[in-house]
Amino acid sequence: MSALSLKGITKAFGSMPVLKGIDMEIENGEFTVLVGPSGCGKSTLLNIIAGLEPATGGTVEIGGRIVNDVAPKDRNIAMVFQTYALYPSMTVRQNITFGLECRNVPKREREAAVTRVAALLQIESLLDRKPSQLSGGQRQRVAMGRALVRDPLLFLFDEPLSNLDAKLRVEMRMEIKQLHQRIRSTNVYVTHDQIEAMTMATRIAVMHQGEVQQFADPDTVYNRPANLFVARFMGAPPMNTLPARIETAAGGVRAVVGRGETAVALPLPAAFAAQAGREVVLGLRPECIAEEDRRFGHGGERVTLELPVEMTEPTGAETIVLARLGGERALARVSPDVRLRSGDRGRFVLDMRRACLFDPGTGALIA
Amino acid sequence: MPELLVIWGPLLLAAAHIVVFTAWTVWISFTASTLMPANEFVGLRNYSSVLATRNWKIAFDNLFVFGGGFVAFTMLTGLLLAILIDQRIRGENVLRSIFLYPMAVSFVVTGVVWSWLLNPGMGIQKLVNDFGWAGFRFDWIVDREMAIWTIVLAGVWQAAGFAMALLLAGLRSVEPDLIKAAQIDGAGPVRMYTRVILPTLWPIMVAVLVILLQMAITTFDLVRALTGGGPGIATQLPALVVYDFMFQRGQIGRGAAAAVLMFLILLGVLVPHALFKYARKRRAADA
Repeated sequence: MSALSLKGITKAFGSMPVLKGIDMEIENGEFTVLVGPSGCGKSTLLNIIAGLEPATGGTVEIGGRIVNDVAPKDRNIAMVFQTYALYPSMTVRQNITFGLECRNVPKREREAAVTRVAALLQIESLLDRKPSQLSGGQRQRVAMGRALVRDPLLFLFDEPLSNLDAKLRVEMRMEIKQLHQRIRSTNVYVTHDQIEAMTMATRIAVMHQGEVQQFADPDTVYNRPANLFVARFMGAPPMNTLPARIETAAGGVRAVVGRGETAVALPLPAAFAAQAGREVVLGLRPECIAEEDRRFGHGGERVTLELPVEMTEPTGAETIVLARLGGERALARVSPDVRLRSGDRGRFVLDMRRACLFDPGTGALIA
Repeated sequence: MPELLVIWGPLLLAAAHIVVFTAWTVWISFTASTLMPANEFVGLRNYSSVLATRNWKIAFDNLFVFGGGFVAFTMLTGLLLAILIDQRIRGENVLRSIFLYPMAVSFVVTGVVWSWLLNPGMGIQKLVNDFGWAGFRFDWIVDREMAIWTIVLAGVWQAAGFAMALLLAGLRSVEPDLIKAAQIDGAGPVRMYTRVILPTLWPIMVAVLVILLQMAITTFDLVRALTGGGPGIATQLPALVVYDFMFQRGQIGRGAAAAVLMFLILLGVLVPHALFKYARKRRAADA
């Protein structure tokens, strides 16, 4: 039995379709992240799961029960909001127990539940304060305490870290992940931040224009993106996507980027031979283009190229280099020891085993 | 800086008027002025004689009945209307305008219309009697005990829409996530309002309360048009007492003393509110 099952969920505001048929099965204990740019429908989908907004079509099943007509409070869910949404007039303790109070849980049990949750989140010392006396991070903890206290089947998170500053965001990200690993909750987490998606999820659903573009584990989403949108959305800096032709030559299969004198032929693994003669979009992660003496893990064949450098962006841990590859712009991630300047010609090594090929018309992954 | 010049002129003029006339009234209240202003200082004599009159005592008692009743029922009615309109109903704009419209009507018009409606011989009582319920009595306006409540009724009718508009704006500014969170927590409609929404609304409620209180304290035209202070002097209010001394009896000194007393009552509301607002600001700045 899956914890959450969505079948053909559609939603339209007037004649504006927002969700165009979402199907998803989420197993118990999974940490699913819905990620996508603003306006992709991810928050609407979360509200539909919570029952805060009705779906135009389709069914929502939580714990094997169809809940389309069930009120949010009876869906056995809890939700954490971007704005924390703590009740300003209540103390932290009252905030946490309000849901239990509404369900007429006896006072003794409520107290026990608060004690348990406060210990779990280390907020014992804050219990008698008002939300206005708490910092952003503390408020978010209390909001999570309010969700945890009822021990629901499903936790919903609506961009809970967006209001925190960068440092706190990284800390809370780790805490939420650790918490999930400890209590094995089933989480559905909405974010527009692809790093949050990659770091926390057991499965990522990448959404765009009301559709799930890809629903897979982070590794697959990153290395085998289902289409060009996912390829360009996930990863910072994004995947290089270069128009190319697939040719077979004496030495094997090659992808030719660019035309005439600047054209560059890149040897591909033999498995790509089936695509010979096609026009494709070649997808190559920036980390697959590195300085010449880099060793890639698999020890396969190496392609070395001399490329003109247009610009460099040192980040400290690495340097992002904007280079010209067969006349197309391509990003490379090189070691910060390599001092390249705009206008230089640098020598790079390419890891073609991790190349992806996309159909230039539909954008879908072909190989 | 031309925009500074433009705003300062009228502002200074207005401020000067308020300060000068207030100061002048205070001075007159300590003099033996009767029909014309005189500068003979008599200390607190005017105050003691005003406070001793039955007129003032009744006006002062009425102020509590009327002020309390007017503010409480206006708030309750306004809140009820605001909550009902907040249910995302159809025709909201039309209803909002209708409820707000009495505020655009002069208190004098309200007073006259309600005096007709409440007149037992031609208003509501006659209508119900003519329908066949011959024993129906609704004659508060000519009843010494109940007449003050007719003023409350008309005042509430006029000001409830105003309270509604402010409270509705408050309800609409409640963070949507807060309501969603309470829905998921399982709060029913009553608990939703009493525990979650209304507690976030109390700064607005205090503001409405203060505005209504000062409206109540300075009420003049409504009573004047509705009951004229009667029957007898049963519905006197401080502003009517001031008018009575100054323009009916030619006792400017006593009238000024009554006006200053009214001003002190007003300060009794406004000063605590100002302190409250200041404290809130301080606390917000500290947090």
